[in-house]
Amino acid sequence: MFAPFMLHAWLVATMVAIVGGAVGFFVVARRAAFAAHALPLGAFPGAAVASLLGVNELFGLALFSGVGVIAITQLQRGERREVASALWLALALAVGVLLLSLSGAYAQSLYGLLFGEVLGISRAQVLGVALLSALALALLALLARPLLLESLSGDLAAAAFGRARSLEGAFLLIVALSTAMAVPVVGALLVFSLMVGPASGARAYTDRPWRALLLSVLLSLAVVWSALALTYLTDGPVGFFVGALSAVCYVAGRRRSLRAGAGS
Amino acid sequence: MSILLSAIEFLHNEPVRVALIVGGGAALVCAVVGVATVMQRQSFAGHALADVSSAGGSAAYLLGLNPLLGFLGLAAAAAGVLEWSEIREARERDLLTGVVLGAGLGLAALLLYFAATVRNASGAALTVLFGSMFTIPATIVPLALAVTVVALTVSALVHRPLLVSAVSVDLARAQGIRVRAVSLAHALALALAVALAAMTVGAILSTALLIGPAAAALRVARRPAAAVALAAAIGLGATWGGIILAYESFYWTPGRGWPVSFFIVALVFAAYLTAGVLATHGPRRAAAHPSGCEAH
Repeated sequence: MFAPFMLHAWLVATMVAIVGGAVGFFVVARRAAFAAHALPLGAFPGAAVASLLGVNELFGLALFSGVGVIAITQLQRGERREVASALWLALALAVGVLLLSLSGAYAQSLYGLLFGEVLGISRAQVLGVALLSALALALLALLARPLLLESLSGDLAAAAFGRARSLEGAFLLIVALSTAMAVPVVGALLVFSLMVGPASGARAYTDRPWRALLLSVLLSLAVVWSALALTYLTDGPVGFFVGALSAVCYVAGRRRSLRAGAGS
Repeated sequence: MSILLSAIEFLHNEPVRVALIVGGGAALVCAVVGVATVMQRQSFAGHALADVSSAGGSAAYLLGLNPLLGFLGLAAAAAGVLEWSEIREARERDLLTGVVLGAGLGLAALLLYFAATVRNASGAALTVLFGSMFTIPATIVPLALAVTVVALTVSALVHRPLLVSAVSVDLARAQGIRVRAVSLAHALALALAVALAAMTVGAILSTALLIGPAAAALRVARRPAAAVALAAAIGLGATWGGIILAYESFYWTPGRGWPVSFFIVALVFAAYLTAGVLATHGPRRAAAHPSGCEAH
């Protein structure tokens, strides 16, 4: 399980889990689950372009995540938020499937991109993920207070920190960065369940935001490490384990808050 | 003359006819259900049902069953979970939707993995998720038509009560509307629409057909009935236009057609952008509200 060829996978998975747990806390607090789902899927054509051009997938993914942020914030103007996410998601996926079908790089790479692939992670990918993780965490640390305040009270945050739209854009950018880097490992379809599951479970165990954030990161690490171990042992798809374990986190948290609600 | 001849040849092609029928039914149902879905801000739920239904499609692929039944079964199951939870608060609903979606996709990953290893069908992921209209078997047509009719009937029956309960649950109760039954019926119609759309453009692209035409229509139409009609026109136009373009594309890049789903989504998106331009610059809506019939 800890053989040299798995080393890169463990490194990348750990970074992905830390960033995913931290960003996920804000995704849950800000009700941005759909955007967190649409952004990695929208980055998917980026990977197709990169594989067409023969460059590192991460560049393509990061580029298209950025395009996704712009597209969603633009489409959101005078429109329902979730419609913007839905339309961008569908358009980007359609372009991605066109590129894949024209390039002839079919089934296996498609499956890996959508559902994750833990083997064959290169050293360049590890470095790229480390860079993007550092960037995402730095941005998150910078914006953590206004983001948290805004999810509690939009007016208060606007009074204290200024315009809400630029904050929303910055937040989506953080989500985009952190999902783009996780796509090659966890897969575009299931990155977001890593953000939603652990964070929603953590919320039920403490009322304090920073403690919940920490707990979300720990749960996320537990989910990813277990998923990786199970993948190694069973040879099954890593995305399945991530999706299932995230759902377990949510159900555990839900049961606890229901019981707390009944007890009080 | 040559255009007429190629049109006849086009319609004589059985896969094309099946695609036109199944796709047309899907576009109609999606238009009707989609308008209600967008107005009630349930786009995410609609997308989640579609994603979960991909697990059903994969299971059907694995077991060699009718794919429409697979899509239908899991979409209905997911709709049941979302309804049964009785969570109404927006944030909690969002989270539950996300978790159901994630678990469903995880299951799809597992089933597709089995399809690739056990049945050696590695193209299953592409077919289930992104659709493959020209390979829909003709045997599916009766079932697809039946689903279309049932979905249209259910949504016609719940259309008005649904609008009333969207405005106010208390008002609906006062009028003797059984709010819970109506919401369940709408969830069923949504599941049927999603399954048909998943058959047409693939599970994860079906959102385009469900949300796109409805959102475009709601940008310009003032009344829900007009929005439904317009959405149906956009959906049918995009679906049939996409089929024609994909058929033609065999001549553009010799030996390899472009995916139908790509054309359909692109046409839907173009319609959405056009509707936006009409809504902001159109003569009738100088000082109009930018978000369509939200106030209804």
